[in-house]
Amino acid sequence: MSMTRRHFILLTAAAATAWESILAGTPETSPNYNAYDHWWGMLINIEECIGCGSCVRACQQENKVPDGYFRTWVERYHVADWTVESPAVDSPDGGKNGFPELKDPNGKNFFVPKLCNHCANSPCTQVCPVGATFDSPDGVVLIDSKYCLGCRYCIQACPYGCRFLNPDTHTAEKCTLCYHRITKGLTTACCENCPTGARQLVDFKNPRDPVHEFLKTHSVQVLKPYMATKAKVYYYGLDGSVR
Amino acid sequence: MKDLKDAGHLLRLAAVFVAVFLIFLLARGSFVPKSFGRYGHFRGDALAEIASRPIAYAGHQACENCHGDVVEVKSQGKHKGVNCESCHGPQAAHADDPASVQPAKLDTTSLCPRCHTANAAKPKNFPQVSPEDHSGGQPCDTCHKPHSPAIEQAEAKP
Repeated sequence: MSMTRRHFILLTAAAATAWESILAGTPETSPNYNAYDHWWGMLINIEECIGCGSCVRACQQENKVPDGYFRTWVERYHVADWTVESPAVDSPDGGKNGFPELKDPNGKNFFVPKLCNHCANSPCTQVCPVGATFDSPDGVVLIDSKYCLGCRYCIQACPYGCRFLNPDTHTAEKCTLCYHRITKGLTTACCENCPTGARQLVDFKNPRDPVHEFLKTHSVQVLKPYMATKAKVYYYGLDGSVR
Repeated sequence: MKDLKDAGHLLRLAAVFVAVFLIFLLARGSFVPKSFGRYGHFRGDALAEIASRPIAYAGHQACENCHGDVVEVKSQGKHKGVNCESCHGPQAAHADDPASVQPAKLDTTSLCPRCHTANAAKPKNFPQVSPEDHSGGQPCDTCHKPHSPAIEQAEAKP
């Protein structure tokens, strides 16, 4: 059979499609993990955070986050007596290498680790025009990078500034709550590496999770409750000046 | 029949609509991934793809399988709540193949100050020093053992 140009073009397209599906491979699934049995969130104890930046470094190593971008970061708040309404906030390199000593150590000073709040009513997923970002059945807000167009709507929509456009892939990126770890029974990289236990991964559907006892006996807050995002990152000891 | 004869142009239009609708259905069937809508308005396979990304930090349970002696020492000291990889770095490669991948030796001169450098924003009850004044640039492990950092003699304070 002689190959005409038409046949060649058709064959090339078919071969490319086949090769792509070979490269993609069959995704590995965790056989014992049922997404409907979990409802993930995080508990952050401000009074335990020492601003060492271990969480930021761990996240960058675990998730190959490009330099200068952050899926989690640590902010330092400096609230002087007369600036309660407008505190001074700094976060040199996301707090990755710790913080220099304050020029003015008076007043109220504390660290606030931040990450995606994995809102149950997330503004970012509502604005995605193609269904590339979504709420998983276990309460994690994720991005399908093969579907993402890179239109940046979600980055503008997030009230917490937790998203960025990956400069290499040109798709939106954010904290996945280490979905590849929590589905294997591990904790997130940031919680694993927090030396003081200030960050705790919590599973609200697990009745034996220590979070239930903690919530009974402590008062917790979420960031920007007036946005009605139903954020699932709970802060203990959060100051009113934190935005 | 006279009425139907006049309606010919309407039937042709209807045929065009039906053809376009069929093409739309075919295109939708081929472009929308099979798993789209399995859990919600997104590609269901994306969940498994994200879950199958490789890990870098093995987790302290993996360390404890082999390094029980260190865990025993650590559980007696102040650092009992600090997980191994918090200082030793990501060790999933070492946990997978302990013989050929060896963790790097740590330099306590730069490691300990990450947490213990004094800062006004740190909790007041957290042990913090000015590394220069405290040790004069000597490595911290000259006096403190990192896995159990308390110095026994120092208990009796003047």
